[in-house]
Amino acid sequence: MSNDVALHGHPEVVGSHEAHAHHHKETFITKYVFSQDHKMIAKQFLITGMVWAVIGGLMSVLFRLQLGFPDESFPWLEDVLGRWAKGGKISAENYYALITMHGTVLVFFVLTGGLSGTFANFLIPLQIGARDMASPMMNMLSYWFFFGGSIVMISSLFVQTGPFSGGWTAYPPLSALGDASPGSKVGMDLWIISMAMFIISQLLAGLNYISTVLNMRTKGMSMNRLPLTVWALFFTAVLGVLSFPVLLSGVVLLIFDRHAGSSFYLSDIFIASTNTALPNEGGSAILYQHLFWFLGHPEVYIILLPAMGIASEVLSVNARKPIFGYFAMIISMFAITVLAFLVWAHHMFVTGLNPFLGSVFVLLTLMIAVPSAIKVFNWLTTLFKANIRFTPAMLCAIGFVSLFISGGLTGIFLGNSTLDIHLHDTYFVIAHFHIVMGVSAFFGMFAGVYHWFPKMYGRYMNNTLAYIHFWGTIIGAYLIFWPMHYEGFAGMPRRYLDYGIWESFKQFAELNKFISIVAIITFALQFLFLFNFFYSIFKGRKVKDQNPWKANTLEWTTPINPGHGNWPGEIPEVHRWAYDYSKDGRDFIPQTEPIDPNESKH
Amino acid sequence: MVTEMRNEHIDQKNKGTHPHKFTLWVGIASIIMTFAGLTSAFIVKKHAPGWSTTEVPVIFLYSTIIILASSATVHLSLKAFKERNMLRYRSLITITALLGLLFIVCQIIGFSQLWNAGITLEGSGAAQFLYIIFGLHALHVLGGAIALFVIFFRAYSSKVRRYNVVPVEVVSTYWHFVDALWVYLYIFFLINV
Repeated sequence: MSNDVALHGHPEVVGSHEAHAHHHKETFITKYVFSQDHKMIAKQFLITGMVWAVIGGLMSVLFRLQLGFPDESFPWLEDVLGRWAKGGKISAENYYALITMHGTVLVFFVLTGGLSGTFANFLIPLQIGARDMASPMMNMLSYWFFFGGSIVMISSLFVQTGPFSGGWTAYPPLSALGDASPGSKVGMDLWIISMAMFIISQLLAGLNYISTVLNMRTKGMSMNRLPLTVWALFFTAVLGVLSFPVLLSGVVLLIFDRHAGSSFYLSDIFIASTNTALPNEGGSAILYQHLFWFLGHPEVYIILLPAMGIASEVLSVNARKPIFGYFAMIISMFAITVLAFLVWAHHMFVTGLNPFLGSVFVLLTLMIAVPSAIKVFNWLTTLFKANIRFTPAMLCAIGFVSLFISGGLTGIFLGNSTLDIHLHDTYFVIAHFHIVMGVSAFFGMFAGVYHWFPKMYGRYMNNTLAYIHFWGTIIGAYLIFWPMHYEGFAGMPRRYLDYGIWESFKQFAELNKFISIVAIITFALQFLFLFNFFYSIFKGRKVKDQNPWKANTLEWTTPINPGHGNWPGEIPEVHRWAYDYSKDGRDFIPQTEPIDPNESKH
Repeated sequence: MVTEMRNEHIDQKNKGTHPHKFTLWVGIASIIMTFAGLTSAFIVKKHAPGWSTTEVPVIFLYSTIIILASSATVHLSLKAFKERNMLRYRSLITITALLGLLFIVCQIIGFSQLWNAGITLEGSGAAQFLYIIFGLHALHVLGGAIALFVIFFRAYSSKVRRYNVVPVEVVSTYWHFVDALWVYLYIFFLINV
């Protein structure tokens, strides 16, 4: 009943296009631009995320050129980038701008907006059996705030003084003082505006996801029958709704420090560039770090949880086995959600944090290993003795598990405050987080795109291209980030422009070159995926089967090209959980099938 | 006030909460986190060197009384709406919106009193937090007042008769929330300054 309430503005809840014509004409604008259909909004998030991924990835290629070939100059760079690369070498300021923007773009605009934005929008209504989100209007606004934030962030690349260049964490004083660096001037203001819009977008989206999951499930879809994707996206939304506001309060104080002369974060500063001593007193940059990481750490799980959910679903469908430990999976995700709020200070072990407090955070941090290990165990046992279909989505899901294990193990090193004294701010950290949340979340995203592409566009993506893309990317990812662990153990710090002048790190010159070359190849390989994606939208093999993967979940009971409202008739009723695969001699039993009295219990 | 909100919440839950109301509750949680972030920043800063305190101007006591009164009127207007007593509902909702604006005026007077006493945004003491925290709260009240005006104009539009109680309930719950939030913030400053 509540579904009807939310959709009262849209009488055209009928599936086919013919039926649309009778009721209400959809214009190009309402269908493709200011759409309130969750499926279209999901596609908007996905494609915007892809554009961002190319921009952010290209930035990494540019700074890898500098890191791999510090002594060489590339005259063509000046042709392309102009004053960013005078004489064919990226200047120091622009190098910092590139790494800052790479981080901001990938963390927020690709892996948060692009990943949870896409799959929460697409999967939540389809998998819980709702016609749309609780508030389609807010959902639309969420995308357009995201888009607006994107435009502002891109515009900061083109201002005279350049984009913000003080690292994606935007620590003061670099972020608070315009005179601190060129990027701290207009670039930082644009960064703040863009992030504020992004936060609003995430809050609108998160509110919607939560109330949709809790309020709009179809008949019979109790919480313990939800697919794990929906559970994961639900916890993601909870994390976002509770942590982004804290970043917002941190940023509000930052704005006042920048423009109103307050000293929340500033104290006793002398600026060399203008040769002035500032009057600010009593501020503390550590306060900003607390507020930032209170979001910053949950943000890691905002990125990772959707990938976990997608991997669980894809693994189970393609292993033709029920997911192992369904409830353990939910409880683990719940534990991760709770712990995510209690570990932020492990980013701050070397800021002069009280060592006793540090040890509490070590304990809480290492506790995250428990739910993570449970999840890994469950994924592996789902694969164990399974009749695996190696679809591209399945390969990517397995790739996700592999990367999550490799990256998760190094997290145990970094979670120790004593080891962190040596490892913090080295390439070891870079390697750790890129594997565990960067690349692995990308593999979760790839898995999701390959798996649900038939539902999104009614066509398949090309498998051969997908296999080449998968193997190239996973080998590339390991070749890029594995060697960084060695550099990090040797103490090589991150964020430096040129390591050639350091005797201790000269030995890594060839290794850096190798990493850069692999990074460029791996980046180029992503165009294979993009080509595959866009080509298949128009020319891919058409889906003939309503349920191409033989999956149990509700999205495969909709027509091949569902209209706004998803189901042409009644929303189907749910009678069982989503994971009845290979049961009682049957390959799969959809959630809509009533339970047979003779059926065995799971 | 808080317990009243809670009971209301449970009652709705049993009937199955309307999605919009549920969205509001999640939104409230998120606003709470914003202010929790700011007030915990206050506590962290309080023990740092260079902290300065300021007396909370008396006018904020009047604004407390005003917002408590407006909470009562919004409650009564919801009751009137449910009883289909539209005349009473309209006048009560008007009074509530006006009290909300009066509250904001009081806040502005409080700010200017502080400002004229020479306490500006320069520095990092209690007063600077007060400007930001109370200011941000006033923005939330302003949002509530705008929502009140929206349902106020709806009540006066003669074209459609609206008996859907959900929008009124959403606005009134939000209004009680900004009221409770204010009481928390006011007491927080009284204790900590």
